[in-house]
Amino acid sequence: MSAAKQVLVTPIFKNNPIGLQILGVCSALAVTSNLNTALVMTLAVTVVTAFSNMFISIIRNQMPSSIRIICQMTIIASLVIVVDQILKAYAYDVSKQLSVFVGLIITNCIVMGRAEAFAMKNPPGISFLDGIGNGLGYGVVLMFVGFIRELFGAGKLFGVEVLPLINDGGWYQANGLLLLPPSAFFIIGIFIWLVRTFNKDQVEVAEFELAHNTNKEAV
Amino acid sequence: MSASNDSIGKTITVTVLLCVVCSVIVSAAAVILKPQQVANKNLDRQTNILAAAGIDYQGKNIPELFESTITKKFVDLKTGKYTEVADPARYDAKKAAKDKELGKSLSKDIDIASIKYQANVMPVYLIETADGNIEKIILPVHGYGLWSTLYGFLALEGDLNTVVGLGFYSHAETPGLGGEVDNPNWKAIWPGKKVYPEGSMEPTLGLIKGNVDPASPNAMHQIDGLSGATLTSNGVTNLVHFWLGKNGFAPFLANLKAGEA
Repeated sequence: MSAAKQVLVTPIFKNNPIGLQILGVCSALAVTSNLNTALVMTLAVTVVTAFSNMFISIIRNQMPSSIRIICQMTIIASLVIVVDQILKAYAYDVSKQLSVFVGLIITNCIVMGRAEAFAMKNPPGISFLDGIGNGLGYGVVLMFVGFIRELFGAGKLFGVEVLPLINDGGWYQANGLLLLPPSAFFIIGIFIWLVRTFNKDQVEVAEFELAHNTNKEAV
Repeated sequence: MSASNDSIGKTITVTVLLCVVCSVIVSAAAVILKPQQVANKNLDRQTNILAAAGIDYQGKNIPELFESTITKKFVDLKTGKYTEVADPARYDAKKAAKDKELGKSLSKDIDIASIKYQANVMPVYLIETADGNIEKIILPVHGYGLWSTLYGFLALEGDLNTVVGLGFYSHAETPGLGGEVDNPNWKAIWPGKKVYPEGSMEPTLGLIKGNVDPASPNAMHQIDGLSGATLTSNGVTNLVHFWLGKNGFAPFLANLKAGEA
C-alpha cells in the first residue's frame, strides 16, 4: 500500500480514532440519535481535521514549541467557526439540530490528537490525507451508531419511516433508551468488540491478571 | 524545529501573524455569510408562523406568501394596546426582555413559565379578512420544559378563544418523549380547543395526564398529556397559562374583543 493510501485507509478500521484511540467519544454520544445529524457532523469533523492538519503542518517548522498548543487551538477554533457559519448559512435546519455540537468540535480530541501526533511531524499533503482518513474513521462509527439508534429508537432512517411506530398507527414499539445518549456507549462498545474480534492485534494486553478469590488465610 | 523558534521575538511574531490571519478568515466568513443566515432565520420564523396558523405553505414562496397574508404588529403587554417600536424590522423580543428599559425581570410568583425576563412589547401576527376584521391571530409564546426553553407560536381564531394551532420552532426536550411536542398527531389535537372558559380571561387550556375523555365537560379545555414527559407537559401548560394570562396577552385580547386595541 502506498503511504498516502495507508494514511487514508488505516484509521477507518485498523486504527479507528474512536475504536482504538478512544478519542471523540463524547460527541459520538451526542449527535448520533439520527443519521442526518451524524452525517453532517462527520463531514464537519472531517473538514476541520483535514484543514487543521494541513495548516498546522505548513507552519510546523515556524511554531515555537512553548506556545504550540495555543497555536493549534487558534487554527482549529478558526476553522470550526468558519464551518459553523457555513452550516448556518446553507444547512440551517441541520445546524439548528446540531446546535452547540458544531462549536464543540474545537474540543473534539480527534482534531487536537491528530494535530499533535501527526501534523507536527509530517508535511502538509500527507497530513491533510491523515485528517480525511481520521474524519472517515470517526464517521464510520457515527454512522454505525446512528443507524442502530435511529432505526430502533425512532423507526426511521434519514428521517424516512422504515418501521411504522405504534404512535403513528404502526406495529413497532420504539425503544426510547436508544434515543438517549447512554445507549451510544453500549453501541460503541459493541462496535469496538466487533472490530477487535476481526483484528485480534487490537486487543490490549491485560495490565494485570485477576487474582483468584482470596482464601481464608489471607483474611 | 530549530532552537531559534523559541526566542521571544519569534514567539511574538508567530502569535501576531497567526492571530491576524485567523481573525481575517473568521471575520470574512462571518460578514460574507451574514445575509444568507439572516434570510434563513427569517424564513424559519415565517414558516413556523404559517404552520401554526394552519396555512398550507408547501411548495410556495414563503416570504411572498407571508407578506401577502400576515400583518405584524406590536403590542404593549401592560396596557394591552398596539404600540410602535423604533425599528420594527430588527426588534428582537428576546434581547429586549433582558434590557433594563425594554424588559423586566419577573418575580417568582407570577413567573409560572420560568422565563425570568419578559419584554414589555411583543410582536403579534394578524391575518385579516378583506374588510379588516381579524381572521386569525398568532401569538409568540415560550416557556421552560424539562431541559430547555420551548419557543413557539400559538394561533387563535378571530373569536380570540378557539385554538387554530400550536407549533414549537426551538426546543431541546428528550427525543421520543418531550420531543413529541413536534409530533403532528399530537399537534392535531389542538385546533378547536378553547383557551378561556366562558366569561373569563383566566386561561384553563392545558395538558392533562393521559388521554382526554371526550365526554368530559372540560374536554374543550384539555389536551392529551405527552406520555413519559410529565415535566414537558407541565411546561407547555404553564407557558399557555402564562402567555394567555394577565401577565401575557390577556389584556390585549380583552381590548381587542372590546374593539379598543
